Amino acid sequence: MPKQAMYKRGDDNGMWPILKMVTQRLALGVVTLFVVSVLIFSSVEFLPGDIATEILGQAATPETVAQFRKDVGLDKPPVERYFSWLAGIAQGDFGKSLANQRPISELISSRLWNTLFLASMAALIAVPLAVLFGVLAALYRGSFLDRSINVMTLTTISFPEFFVAYILIMIFAVNLGVFPSISNIGPETPFWDRVYRSVLPSLTLTLVVMAHMMRMTRAAIINLLASPYIEMARLKGITRSQIIIKHALPNALAPIINVIALNMAFLVVGVVLVEVVFVYPGLGQLLVDSVAKRDITVVQASSLIFAGTYVLLNLLADVLSILTNPRLLHPR
Amino acid sequence: MKFLKELATAPPTAWFGMIVILVYVIVAVFADIIAPFSETEVVGDLYLEWDQTYWLGTDQLGRDVLSRLIYGARNTVGIALATTILSFLLGGTLGLIAATLGGWIDQILSRIVDVIMAIPQLIFALLLLTVFAGRAPDINLGFTSIAGASLTLILVIAFLDSTRVYRLARAVAMNIVVMDFVEAAKLRGEGLGWIIRKELLPNSMAPLVAEFGLRFCFVFLLIAGLSFLGLGVQPPTADWGSMVKESATLISYGDITPLIPAGAIALLTVAVNFVVDWMLHRSSGLKD
Amino acid sequence: MTDTNANGQSGDILLQMRGIKIDGMADDVWNPIIKGIDLNLHRGEVLGLIGESGAGKSTLGLAAMGYARDGCRITEGSILFDGIELSTASDEAKRKLRGSRIAYVAQSAAASFNPAHKLIDQYSETPIHHDVLDQETARKDAVELYEKLRLPNPSEIGFRYPHQVSGGQLQRAMTAMAMSCRPDLIVFDEPTTALDVTTQIEVLDAIRNIVRQFNTAAIYITHDLAVVAQMADRIMVLRYGELVEEAVTEDMLSDPKEDYTKSLWAVRSFQKPQKPLAGPEETSVIRIENVTAGYTSGDMVLHNVAFDIHRKRTVAVVGESGSGKSTTARCITGLLAPKEGRILSNGEELPADYRQRSKDQLRQCQMIYQMADTALNPRQRIRDIIGRPLEFYLGLTGAKKRERVRELLSQIELEPDEYIDRFPGELSGGQKQRISIARALAAEPEFIICDEVTSALDQIVAEGILKLLFRLQEELNLSYMFITHDLATVRSIADEVVVMLQGRVVEQGPKDQMFTPPHHEYTDLLLSSVPEMDPEWLTKLLEDREKNKPGIELAGN
Repeated sequence: MPKQAMYKRGDDNGMWPILKMVTQRLALGVVTLFVVSVLIFSSVEFLPGDIATEILGQAATPETVAQFRKDVGLDKPPVERYFSWLAGIAQGDFGKSLANQRPISELISSRLWNTLFLASMAALIAVPLAVLFGVLAALYRGSFLDRSINVMTLTTISFPEFFVAYILIMIFAVNLGVFPSISNIGPETPFWDRVYRSVLPSLTLTLVVMAHMMRMTRAAIINLLASPYIEMARLKGITRSQIIIKHALPNALAPIINVIALNMAFLVVGVVLVEVVFVYPGLGQLLVDSVAKRDITVVQASSLIFAGTYVLLNLLADVLSILTNPRLLHPR
Repeated sequence: MKFLKELATAPPTAWFGMIVILVYVIVAVFADIIAPFSETEVVGDLYLEWDQTYWLGTDQLGRDVLSRLIYGARNTVGIALATTILSFLLGGTLGLIAATLGGWIDQILSRIVDVIMAIPQLIFALLLLTVFAGRAPDINLGFTSIAGASLTLILVIAFLDSTRVYRLARAVAMNIVVMDFVEAAKLRGEGLGWIIRKELLPNSMAPLVAEFGLRFCFVFLLIAGLSFLGLGVQPPTADWGSMVKESATLISYGDITPLIPAGAIALLTVAVNFVVDWMLHRSSGLKD
Repeated sequence: MTDTNANGQSGDILLQMRGIKIDGMADDVWNPIIKGIDLNLHRGEVLGLIGESGAGKSTLGLAAMGYARDGCRITEGSILFDGIELSTASDEAKRKLRGSRIAYVAQSAAASFNPAHKLIDQYSETPIHHDVLDQETARKDAVELYEKLRLPNPSEIGFRYPHQVSGGQLQRAMTAMAMSCRPDLIVFDEPTTALDVTTQIEVLDAIRNIVRQFNTAAIYITHDLAVVAQMADRIMVLRYGELVEEAVTEDMLSDPKEDYTKSLWAVRSFQKPQKPLAGPEETSVIRIENVTAGYTSGDMVLHNVAFDIHRKRTVAVVGESGSGKSTTARCITGLLAPKEGRILSNGEELPADYRQRSKDQLRQCQMIYQMADTALNPRQRIRDIIGRPLEFYLGLTGAKKRERVRELLSQIELEPDEYIDRFPGELSGGQKQRISIARALAAEPEFIICDEVTSALDQIVAEGILKLLFRLQEELNLSYMFITHDLATVRSIADEVVVMLQGRVVEQGPKDQMFTPPHHEYTDLLLSSVPEMDPEWLTKLLEDREKNKPGIELAGN
């Protein structure tokens, strides 16, 4: 390998490989987003039967059905409908709800904001704690701290979100009465009040996502500490703190960032259940309600937002881990 | 013998897990005998307090909560188990095939899996359940019958989860496919079936069994979550996720009834995770 | 720091290890790895530690630094380094010694340098950390040492990152790093094992020079006898964690005492008579006709490779890693379809892809692999491993199959009753390799590719395998293609030799011709670079090369 690589050295210098990799990954991300949108759109096309009849009920006259189809644009071929749907979304227009004919963007905007608020609040608590304890568990592997963290995280991972949520409600809302069990917030709610009402849902999310993040951080650091260059540093007589700061940290950045971004993606999805438990007016709640009502257009729109965020966060994770990889930062 | 010896060295967490799993299995299998009342029978008034007859009281329709909890073991665990098995059959087979054949078959399968996995599982499940709701018929397998809604649920989740099984099975098999004995079998002219059955499977059982435990937990929690949202297992089937949803309002009055089915779910997943953790720890030889 | 200067050792002895016992954790139990070894090292002396893998060489080498890897522990014994008792010294005291007075050079330089830092910063880290030099002096010093180690561009190479530098250079840079505090002792842990033979020469030369120049004591760990003969003043032979024999290098080579040592030292005695070249009219069993091939992405790996293998002949294909030996084998077996050219079997063209070949074509060409461990399915019994080709190709079943398996086992000199029901894990390395041979024979082929079949085995076991292969060739009219980098193997078994470099055949001919100069200069370089047992070999070779200045400069060095 070294021999051939040496011969090839001249050719690769034209373009920085790191730029090339990032561009490739971004392009792949765009393709993924496109395919995801096609998938979400076309899932409805697989519906046996007809949406119009379904919405209007069996009793509807053929004329009403035809009129309804025309109104909603169902009479056009699927490909055309897909592109006009996509073009609409690009301008912030998601179409109309089948259930109540209101524009979807109107339904979504404030809820999306609420969901992002909740997710960020959970992330702000979860990320520092998870990374700190994950790193500590790895550094003091096999210690009491490590073993208790292992049992604790294993247990929390196993809990359904609603179980965690109800336990928190039981303790903090019912018994102690310090936080509300229902997070009824609106656009008028002042900031600190909003924070106060979101404490329990974000705490639930934090607990759920933190366990994963801690375990992944720990595994990444342990993997790193097992590498021969760390042993080399020990055999060079470097102090433990210096080994961690100078030798482990620069290489740990990539895996830790990766872990964080991946868990943010989990978190965005975890929001759905938590919103339902706390009756939090977010996008997840909207999605679940629309599924129950079979309001397909709203389901599509909110699925697309969730899936898009998920794809983008995964993309971010990959790009960041490329950018922080020392081998790629300094090309041959 | 060797297995018994290793069992003796299992840590307390693993022992705890194994005992819990055993108890659940017994409850699920002998639900008819253990449960004081039937699954759907209305036995008394609504929301009765805990007492001598109704140990855990009655629910919003006046059914015995304890009985529903016991039958729930059979339904909830059964559905999750069936889903996981199906997901393994589908994903495992495809993963092994992709690893063995490589080339364009592997490329196509892997890209399809990439796309499916690009959409978060819960969201995709919600989407598919909306689309397919009410399309599956009730079926009778002789020893048990499955409601249409549960069948849809099983198929949708098995399909979505098989992508993860595919990735793992493929990765595990990839490590074995590069071994010389597989190359030797290929060069001998052996067919795909032989290579998978005789060369790959016996050598990839350990990680696949551990993964089965993890996937089961995941599927179990996902289905519980969907049922809790009212989009999974449908009434009148007794199911823990739905039971939590149905009794959720009680929590505001300080009644812990909703915590019981939720705890039943949590306890089983904890137990399985403890056992799997021990198995993984053992097979990795202390390396974590 | 408790036992400082306990018994006032004479300044001559630098390191004294007494009754060292080390345990390793496997399957949740502690097993002994080192079972009580004494070791003495004088100032400026180079001690060779030699043994097979699993002999405990590296563990013992690290113990000399008072260090045990995770999952290992030093249970007994004293390690007295220049009057300091390392077995009882505090972690802090040991840390201060490491890097400054005892340094370590690892096997894989690529993995042992931190990818995030420049070479020169990793060099200066030790002297700065131990307060020996400041950064500026350390850097100057680094350049000086790089020059002494004959690294190209000594003033600039330090500012590169590890992955920007080739393996041989990296290994020298690591030696420089170990030297940075001018330690009293350096532990070299197989420093050239991962390198090609032609690269190895320069690293060996560099290490030897610098150690002599600074009068540094060294423990040199390797499994290669010829290498240790060049480097060490004294040799210790280890086996299963115990000392087998210890002597000054010259004595050890000329007059080994123990049977095990003798078996290691035994120059390959077996040499099969070379057969004359096949006549031009004879059809070759396998003909590689102008094959050019490469993998899906990237450049061609093989360029216009052509040679013939005739009935009952052994053709040895030699070359370094990346020379295309194994790729050639993959083209023959049909695992890789050539871009140009073709493979003929008895004058008949074989389909390029093995999947298009008939059962009979597949049967005729069998393969024996380097690592018998991965070549045999660990979950199948010997009866199934050998029985499968019988059933698959020849349709044997039941009693007939069983009888034939027993016959084959006898043929490879393993007692059928004892081995037929075992799993591969219950066999030794040599026995596993014999099973691979039996599996190949079961197909009743006319041609067998042997891919480095003896390189993972001990000398004496390897010799047994070679004898067996030769006997089978005579009895069964087999043709062999022998892929190897070991010239002793070539000498003992080849009829013809093919030399490959960067995907091309540079030279080919009958064995006796190939071992008599003159040759293509690469053949010379390759043949002369393979270490020999003579302790003066490296010195003489370097003198020779100095005189003749070979015109060929290999890339990457």
